[in-house]
Amino acid sequence: MQALVIVAHGSHLNPDSSAPTYDHADTIRDVDAFDEVKTGFWKEEPSLREVLRTVESDEVFVVPMFISEGYFTEQVIPRELRLDGWDVSEWDSDGLSASHATLTASDTNQRVHYCGPVGTHESMTDVLVRRAESVTGDPTVGTGFGLAVVGHGTERNENSAKAIEYHADRIREMDRFDEVQALYMDEEPEVDDVADYFESEDVVVVPLFIADGFHTQEDIPEDMGLTDDYRTGYDVPAEVDGHRIWYAGAVGTESLMADVVLERAAEAGADVGDAVEVVRKRTRGSPAAGD
Amino acid sequence: MHAGQLDALVDAADGGDGVDFDGLRAGRDGDAFQFRTPHTERADLSEAEFREVAESNPWYVSNWFYWTREVGPEAGAADDEDRHTAIRDGSNARRAFLRWAERADDHGVPERYEALADGVTREWGQLCVTATVGDHGERRYHLRHVADADADADLSSLDVYAAPHEARSIVTYDEKGRYRPLKTAPTLRDGWAFPDLDGRSLVETVDVVYPATIPNWYREREGCLDVTHWDETAERQTGIYDIVDELDEEAVEWIAESCCVDSQCLKRRMWDADEETELDTDRGDGVFPCREPCSLVVAAARKWTTLEREESRTYEFELTPSEKEQVEEIIDAVAEGRTDEIREADVYEGANRYRARFLRAKQFDDEGNLSGTPTGDE
Repeated sequence: MQALVIVAHGSHLNPDSSAPTYDHADTIRDVDAFDEVKTGFWKEEPSLREVLRTVESDEVFVVPMFISEGYFTEQVIPRELRLDGWDVSEWDSDGLSASHATLTASDTNQRVHYCGPVGTHESMTDVLVRRAESVTGDPTVGTGFGLAVVGHGTERNENSAKAIEYHADRIREMDRFDEVQALYMDEEPEVDDVADYFESEDVVVVPLFIADGFHTQEDIPEDMGLTDDYRTGYDVPAEVDGHRIWYAGAVGTESLMADVVLERAAEAGADVGDAVEVVRKRTRGSPAAGD
Repeated sequence: MHAGQLDALVDAADGGDGVDFDGLRAGRDGDAFQFRTPHTERADLSEAEFREVAESNPWYVSNWFYWTREVGPEAGAADDEDRHTAIRDGSNARRAFLRWAERADDHGVPERYEALADGVTREWGQLCVTATVGDHGERRYHLRHVADADADADLSSLDVYAAPHEARSIVTYDEKGRYRPLKTAPTLRDGWAFPDLDGRSLVETVDVVYPATIPNWYREREGCLDVTHWDETAERQTGIYDIVDELDEEAVEWIAESCCVDSQCLKRRMWDADEETELDTDRGDGVFPCREPCSLVVAAARKWTTLEREESRTYEFELTPSEKEQVEEIIDAVAEGRTDEIREADVYEGANRYRARFLRAKQFDDEGNLSGTPTGDE
């Protein structure tokens, strides 16, 4: 038997934080690629300390719903899951390339295939583009459009910006959008000045965040000038300094994200059959999860 | 009982050590079969005779079939080393819970089947589980809120669900529409039912409502619940929670008293300050144990750690005796979550909103300082 466990941050204050994780777990459960699909959280239940106890399978694929490699993926999750002998060097990663490592959970004796976070997986690039398609309602969106990938940015963790740059570069290489730019909340270039970074009249702005919450629903819309007060909402697209800003909200709520989770597990050795294709087909055109 | 179950029993009796389950013993000695229950003892049976005897004891046969073939056999007992270091207990925990649901350890098969015909009901936190048995011994389970336990079998007044993960829509918000960050808070809303679950989906549904309670309850029954006490949990923390190990034992007592009692959480607290130091606070009466301070407690403790770093100061306030009592009543009403119960016009209650507004109007200055006394050092 093989199980998939999706681990995420969750929140004591906001149910939207875990909503995409549940939605993607449901999507994967429906394609029957795993005997069990479970979720575990840092701030919700079951906790990371206990989630493996809820799993009957001997082989467990753990996929972190996090954007970048760092404190949570390298320290908190392996510690709380009690992954025996974990050392971050097992990932042999440059901050973007973590794939998986196989360890034993000392609490349950299960074999755990601990995967890199969804945010750094190459398929995440497709999800960002899909998000642009969803928000514009145009499956061919690109020509005449700029695309901004927005990250939190922090000086405490250089990997945080790496994931943003990585996907922005990959989208740029697709040659699909007229312009592509990486922007940040807490470092230069800042999302506040989004209009300054684009010549295109239409700009899709996609935050590389797992869930919609304080940053994606309040800070970023206000910082960009989409609205003076997030509580009054904003238009999509909204006019800002002569540009039409198509604000997409957190990419993690896009239903295609389930595909990234599956690919992480498959690359770690999970037998998922044709589930990746099925999920891609099913999530195409369906409304974004969490909306 | 159906023919497939009887065939399976013949096969099982025919091979290996035979069958020994819930009072049913069946096996073969040479060419002859044996069939025993607490009420029947037959030996020297031909296969045809064995089938005949088994057919006249259908409950024993279908009971054996349900537990060993549908729920799955009990996995071998872990050896001593496993038991104390790590246990892989998923399927055994599920099985133990389902047997608990029909009181299988307390009653023999005939009594149980008679009880299951009417439905055997047990409480799990605010959940009410009713087990019943079908024509072929298949168990079906009905799940609803304890507050709806007496609502007969009538489902018309309840929202009816079928799939385990639909329970998320029940557990996320309380009846006032507020987010429930703690799944075992005694605020599960009522008015719903899962009327027809099989064993596996019952366990899955319970796991959505009260995550990980079944495996921890199972470990406790097996005598191998691993408890992580406050000091160990606090020392393990890193990042912004690194500071919580500064709290002294008295403050840990206050944490348990504020967060970990029945009025706030249905888990029964098994952790203490450390292995040697028991906390005085009541552990609670919950059916499932709490084996470690949860993330809500750790997050709250972080705030209290920063508050406890402050030195106390002396302030001077002028309050009438009734005003002092009013302050105490307000704190008590907020701490007990009673403010909504206080009637709009009941100015006899200290925590009444108009009473509180009167006190604020009288005692606060324009900056919101009580008695006009500034908080800071200036």
